[in-house]
Amino acid sequence: MKRSPVAARSSLVEDLSSAPSAVAAGHWPRSFFLHALLVVASLLSLAPLLWMVSASLMPSGQATAYPPHFLPQTVTFEQYRSLFTRLDVARYAGNSILLATAVTLISLLFNSMAGYAFAKFRFSGRDTVFRLLLAALVIPGQVTMLPLFLMLKSMGLINSYWGVIIPGLASIFGIFLVRQYALSVPDSILDAARVDGAGEFRVYWSIFLPACTPMLVTLAIFTFMGTWNDFLWPLIVLTDDNLYTLPVAVANLLGEHAQDVELMMAGAVITVLPVVIVFLALQRYYIEGIVSGGVKE
Amino acid sequence: MYGRTADGGRRTGGRLRRVDPGWWFAAPALAAIALFFFVPVAAALVLSTTDFDIYAIASRSNLRFVGIGNYGRLLDDPMFWLALRNTFYFVVVAGPLSIAASLAAALLVDARLVRFKPLFRTALFLPVVTTLVAVAVVWRYLYHPRFGLLNHALGWLGVAPIDWLGDPRWAMPAIILMAVWKNFGFNMVIFVAGLQSIPVRLYEAASIDGARGWTQFTRITLPMLAPTFLFVGVMTMIGYFQLFAEPYVMTQGGPANSTLSIVLWMYEEGFRWWNLGFSAAIAFVLFAIILVFTLIGMWWRRGGAEETAPAVRA
Repeated sequence: MKRSPVAARSSLVEDLSSAPSAVAAGHWPRSFFLHALLVVASLLSLAPLLWMVSASLMPSGQATAYPPHFLPQTVTFEQYRSLFTRLDVARYAGNSILLATAVTLISLLFNSMAGYAFAKFRFSGRDTVFRLLLAALVIPGQVTMLPLFLMLKSMGLINSYWGVIIPGLASIFGIFLVRQYALSVPDSILDAARVDGAGEFRVYWSIFLPACTPMLVTLAIFTFMGTWNDFLWPLIVLTDDNLYTLPVAVANLLGEHAQDVELMMAGAVITVLPVVIVFLALQRYYIEGIVSGGVKE
Repeated sequence: MYGRTADGGRRTGGRLRRVDPGWWFAAPALAAIALFFFVPVAAALVLSTTDFDIYAIASRSNLRFVGIGNYGRLLDDPMFWLALRNTFYFVVVAGPLSIAASLAAALLVDARLVRFKPLFRTALFLPVVTTLVAVAVVWRYLYHPRFGLLNHALGWLGVAPIDWLGDPRWAMPAIILMAVWKNFGFNMVIFVAGLQSIPVRLYEAASIDGARGWTQFTRITLPMLAPTFLFVGVMTMIGYFQLFAEPYVMTQGGPANSTLSIVLWMYEEGFRWWNLGFSAAIAFVLFAIILVFTLIGMWWRRGGAEETAPAVRA
């Protein structure tokens, strides 16, 4: 079985943590104290999210009662109903899904091709270009936003899906992640395919990409969640509320409905829920991605 | 090792020189990054030397070159110093607090006696993956002076209600608290990996020598985590200098501009008042600050590597 560096690291981690378990017996007061602290910390960490869900199920006005209730007195889905019927949330959710999916697929293709090139080919200027890309990681994205806005405006792409997709077409960090992983893919399997007569694209598509599956899943999750959660750029580039993503729509909704706490909380739940589900389903890949790459958010 | 194409990359007989396949694979991503990242960075530098404003959007003939005029104006603008002060306040307080919370959580989750580790880790990590804008809205209500749960909980402890987001003294601490809650799980995971990479034999040797919990923590755990601290510190700081969505959603930079951050000010100058030239200058000042702190971090790592080495041998 071929082991990726990520898998090798996590099994090392398991070996280390399971080694001294013999000490556990006879430490129950300490163990109880540790668990109590962890339960309190976990509850504090989850409390805002639990209250968000709870308040979203309250009838209008109940979240602004005094003294405040943590749980709804009566459970209702009226907030969700009015979000979908009156406030067109399905459209914003559709925009978010479309944009996050498009950016993820396109950037996965571009980044994996470039990462493959930087790891597996020697071409003139390769190392210089790669160093330049790494150095550019220190430039904060905000620097590009003003000229990018003017560029896209002159191309007629402001207030369009493309305006959101274009800055996400490729990412230096994604290229870097693919390249690091690709170095561990043996050249012999690529060369074997070439000897069998496969063309260069075929080698990349049918041999290289399948060999990188775990890392591609990690990168896909990061890109999807990052695009879904992004706020500043969609806020700048989308002016027509038909095109709003969920975060922009929620911020906009706050302008008119700040008093409708329960409604706002239902909007927050709809925005947060998809990324939470993706995370819970694929958290192993997500956590490994952070640990192996030191991934930025 | 696969190198150049078999024919050496050059064909005779007047045919075109063959391009390396590596370039073909790298081209789409490089073109996108060049066109939509490097060109805008260069353009932003040029933009910051002009008086590009709403009139220039209408007609480029209203555009004038002002040299470093925008930067001079920036230094004379009290709003700049205020935004800078607020941003530093946020970075200097929220940064160490986040890292301390991350380390504490990592030590708890990684403790030998703890069971259900994945469950606790997931619970502590969950805020990280949530959408910032959505949870900022949630916290806006948690901070409500009368109906908010935070003041209600503090009431049990006998603390008088605080107008978290309405009082200039409390607005930034409120944003800091929320940011720590939102972000500590990320570094927690990195610290857990750091803790697990410390060889167990170091602790065993220390135990034989009679070193107990706290001594082991300060003499083994902390020194061994030094590289992790540096990485986490630099990354957290870079992220925190870009503070935007929290004040945008929770306070709009108020009250009395007490939560106006550099990026929020840049956004307002650029996309609300359309002073794009001036706004580009703000963006470059942000870049310069981040660059300086990143270089300090890198310089520190180079020097720090020698200092931590003896601790490893101990």
